[in-house]
Amino acid sequence: MAIEFKPSPSLPPPQNSVGAVAWIRKNFFSSPLNVVLTVLSLYVLYLLIPPVLQWAVLDATWSGESKAACTAGGACWAFIAVYFDQFMYGLYPADEYWRINSAALLLVALVAMFALKSVNKMWLGFTIIVLYPIVAYFLFAGGVLGLEVVETSLWGGLFLTTLLGVVGIVASLPLGVILALGRRSHMPIVKSVCVVFIETIRAVPLITILFMASVMIPLFLPDGLNFNKLLRVLIGITMFSAAYMAEVIRGGLQAIPKGQYEAADAMGLTYWQSMILVILPQALKLVIPGIVNTFIGLFKDTTLVYIVGMFDLLGRIQAATHDANWLGTTTEGYAFAGFVYWAICFGMSRYSMAVERKLDTGHKRS
Amino acid sequence: MTYNNLAVAQLAAGEEAIIEFQDVNKWYGDFHVLKHIDFSVKKGERIVVCGPSGSGKSTMIRCINRLEEHQQGSILVDGIEMNDNLKNIETIRKDVGMVFQHFNLFPHLTILENLTLAPIWVRKTPKKEAEEMAMHYLERVKIANQALKYPGQLSGGQQQRVAIARGLCMKPRIMLFDEPTSALDPEMIKEVLDVMIQLADEGMTMVCVTHEMGFAKTVADRVVFMDAGEIVEANTPHEFFDNPQHDRTQLFLSQILNH
Repeated sequence: MAIEFKPSPSLPPPQNSVGAVAWIRKNFFSSPLNVVLTVLSLYVLYLLIPPVLQWAVLDATWSGESKAACTAGGACWAFIAVYFDQFMYGLYPADEYWRINSAALLLVALVAMFALKSVNKMWLGFTIIVLYPIVAYFLFAGGVLGLEVVETSLWGGLFLTTLLGVVGIVASLPLGVILALGRRSHMPIVKSVCVVFIETIRAVPLITILFMASVMIPLFLPDGLNFNKLLRVLIGITMFSAAYMAEVIRGGLQAIPKGQYEAADAMGLTYWQSMILVILPQALKLVIPGIVNTFIGLFKDTTLVYIVGMFDLLGRIQAATHDANWLGTTTEGYAFAGFVYWAICFGMSRYSMAVERKLDTGHKRS
Repeated sequence: MTYNNLAVAQLAAGEEAIIEFQDVNKWYGDFHVLKHIDFSVKKGERIVVCGPSGSGKSTMIRCINRLEEHQQGSILVDGIEMNDNLKNIETIRKDVGMVFQHFNLFPHLTILENLTLAPIWVRKTPKKEAEEMAMHYLERVKIANQALKYPGQLSGGQQQRVAIARGLCMKPRIMLFDEPTSALDPEMIKEVLDVMIQLADEGMTMVCVTHEMGFAKTVADRVVFMDAGEIVEANTPHEFFDNPQHDRTQLFLSQILNH
């Protein structure tokens, strides 16, 4: 006589392992050492927070015409308020700020449309990567449809920083993918070209590349043939981060099991089909943390363009601290710069975590 | 002489061979992995390849769709010589389905997308038609209700059945199985073998590397035994199991059947 097997019912977890008190006990007071560390940390916070709060908020001066107005003893935020437009737009003519603003809004709107289910993602991607830059370029530079021409030497501030960062990011990712695939290619010439490019660029500091781009290249080019300094710097930044990107992506390609390549081959997919449809979607997803790492590094590295005479956010702030009316405001300036960079980079890292979660299909079990 | 060429020549006589190995040799570095493989498979034939690990059976089956390259001899599949000509390789791969030991489903695509990928991109089948066909094959392997899940959400046996359906979606003339049940729990082996038996009954040309001797007995037209890169013996299952010709075969059979 067979006995019927019935699984026993699942029970709820024990009470003392859930709830706020349990959480605090587990995370802050789980051992004598942790008790000491918790108390010590609280003391350090007590030492730090009140004076910072006092300086940055309670004693701060929020408006005024010069450093002389800042008499409360705290931070002189009036400096930031007066120079705010310059920090954002550089020397771009004030009447034309709307062009930058609308280009930025357009980009945000386009990217937000990715969240909509009804739009064709292929077309949206094409619009953002191919059509948008053309529109944005003519908006920024002018010269068409009655828009006033604005020389690129006037572009600056956070606008320039973002421009360098976004163009560098958008251009270096595909270039990095090509270089990574090339480095793994079985074709000897393709492979050596990619290896030499990656290793040369990685062996050189970004400053060197920027100097090359801004000073050396014009010397080598024949008379009359010259192109915009901003463009040269953009190409330099893109090549630099593409070399790093290539190595990050190569790591992803190597992490894909051989069986995936074989299954794609066995189906009769061509090389590019198997890369685009099978291998890269998995490899890129694996290395999102590394890619974002490179993006964040690139975004902060754009501050180096100050050295070749371009005034990005940090450059503008540094220039403004030399204003005779505002001497002694470097702390406020750098605090502001730090905050802006932190906000943007933190945003990128949070966004990448969200993307990672969204794309995670690998080990999900229902 | 380890292998009776004449017997195979007789078996193959009269009908066209769809796969033909002629004195195939292959090396991994200095290691001679395939030695003088002469072998042919007729249309509609079911071949089981067995042998100890490292005997070259997987390498041999992977030469058929050129996942491995051979260095000497010739391999003809469907009358097309397998060489460096990419066009030939692509043509053959369209017509040869393959099922792997570790399933090799694409984890970033749903089950349905796994099945429709090759028909859409290689055969240029319209998406809707490809999806209908995919659902048809998923029903045949009794897994249609999982179509929108990802491979990671399925059990091993389910994944391997999906892999078989994925191969069938290309409407192949030949199906290759490379140890399809070796990575599965014992309880799941049967569900995969059932699908393979069903396929064999429909007349599909199959070459299957496996250690499932029960499957070999019921399904195979011929069993091929390999050791050390050579085909030691190839015969009908009846002759192979009841009357093995070669000492090495007897030893192998005694080891796997009496444990």
